[in-house]
Amino acid sequence: MRYIGDWVVKENYRIHDHYSLLKLTLDKEIPEMMPGQFVQVRVDDSPSTFLRRPISVHFIDRQANELWLLIQIIGDGTRRLAKSRPGDSINLIYPLGNGFSLPEDIFSAPDTNKKLLLVGGGGGVAPLLYLGARLSALNYKPVFLSGARSQNDLLQIDEFRKFGTVYLATEDGSCGEKGFVTNHSILESGDFDYLYICGPKPMMIAVAKYARQHSIPGEVSLENTMACGMGVCLCCVEKTVSGNMRTCIEGPIFNINTLTWQI
Amino acid sequence: MANLNVSIGNLKFKNPVLMASGTFGYGIEFEDLIDLSQIGGIFVKGTTLHPREGNDYPRMAETASGMLNAVGLQNKGVDYFISYIYPAIKNIDTRMMVNVSGSTIEEYVACAEKIDALEKIPAIELNISCPNVKQGGMAFGIDSASAAQVVKAVRKVYHKVLIVKLTPNVTDVTEIAKAVETEGADAVSLINTLLGMAINVEKRKSALSTITGGLSGPCIKPIALQMVYRTSKVVKIPVIGIGGILNWKDAVEFILAGATAIQIGTANFIDPTVSIKTIEGIDNYLNKHGFKSVKELINYEL
Repeated sequence: MRYIGDWVVKENYRIHDHYSLLKLTLDKEIPEMMPGQFVQVRVDDSPSTFLRRPISVHFIDRQANELWLLIQIIGDGTRRLAKSRPGDSINLIYPLGNGFSLPEDIFSAPDTNKKLLLVGGGGGVAPLLYLGARLSALNYKPVFLSGARSQNDLLQIDEFRKFGTVYLATEDGSCGEKGFVTNHSILESGDFDYLYICGPKPMMIAVAKYARQHSIPGEVSLENTMACGMGVCLCCVEKTVSGNMRTCIEGPIFNINTLTWQI
Repeated sequence: MANLNVSIGNLKFKNPVLMASGTFGYGIEFEDLIDLSQIGGIFVKGTTLHPREGNDYPRMAETASGMLNAVGLQNKGVDYFISYIYPAIKNIDTRMMVNVSGSTIEEYVACAEKIDALEKIPAIELNISCPNVKQGGMAFGIDSASAAQVVKAVRKVYHKVLIVKLTPNVTDVTEIAKAVETEGADAVSLINTLLGMAINVEKRKSALSTITGGLSGPCIKPIALQMVYRTSKVVKIPVIGIGGILNWKDAVEFILAGATAIQIGTANFIDPTVSIKTIEGIDNYLNKHGFKSVKELINYEL
């Protein structure tokens, strides 16, 4: 089921020069949303932003009835969203897309000892928080590997620590291990049962290569440019082994093996 | 409530607000959000005789008050439509119509013939105006003779309401409109997208995989309005106005300019409930100004 409606901004934290954490609430109970799904956010009164902005579900706080969105400030539209104030109303279409596979979809027998690695790069950590929370609620012990340029660019680390073990990599070595996530020593063993990956495309390709080398199954979250977000405009397609697939319907989560990336 | 009924050929519509092909899927994608039975009609996604994968990504670029697309008629072909999609949409209580495209005249004819057999599809829209395919599409729509040829051929096998969708990328759209009217089109719909392009200066690459694409959205509305106005003055068949309609006011402008009905396209992406708001808005406008029927506005003396 899809919905359209106005949400109210409860809190807005500028957690970084280029990121805002928006906490939105609804006048009724937030419907079921799966980790990896996204919402289409309408931007009002922007001279240059015409289409909605697809933003992934960062977290759902059921107790507070809050939806968290991690907004990366790129253009005028996201800049306006990042300036919204408590009490402002924001129109969303929600929830959209397929969502990450959960252990029950992946493994034939439930086994909470399965090693699940969630790899995020920069703002790509956004959907992994809600995924980690859900995995933790299912009694799994997710391992997070978060990479960024420098310490200041590592986002929401304290939030991730609530749900699992966190490993860090920074390009300048200012926090955690120095280098890209793919250089991190946690990967050396190759001892993981499933990978969830979200970040810039070069980073996702590098991690997908690692997954392929170690025969670890996994999936990535894509952010192809979208217009409608509802499966009708066919603008956001990704080439897969079964032809062009819509990132907004058959994605944004794709199993690595279905993609035609050169890995 | 004013009378919103309009007719195209022998086909009655509950109101003049129709959904443009390629912007409304097969209707069912919007079912959770709106009551489809309130809409005047839906033109489903462009359908071709054979399946088409469409163009490579990137296919879309946002521009000032609009967007460029280069989808390239991705669809699973008419046989798939008939077997798997038609059964799911045939009972939607509005006019369900199919937009038909092709690379050759034979393809248009074969596709139209198959759709003619579908009981719950009372009309097709012949797309001779898609700017995003290498063969066919707009090539047929930029020349009066070839436009007439396609319509003549399809008219022979298609017995229901035949609408022809025109491209604005021509010297004089009214010439094409007259040509297809002569060959038996029941209506013309215009405009399809305008050829356009955008360049990503950081990457020094075109924003679209096909370099150029089709521009839609409110930025094209004044151009569309002018073309609808001029066309409605020279043809006797109804004109369906399309081009950047965002709300009831835009829709009323097109009707005053001469359109019997209108199509909403790109606006569906921003507000999937825009169809319902537009219908209500037209009704309110008619009531406020004392018109009993929307037909009183069509081709108004400006």
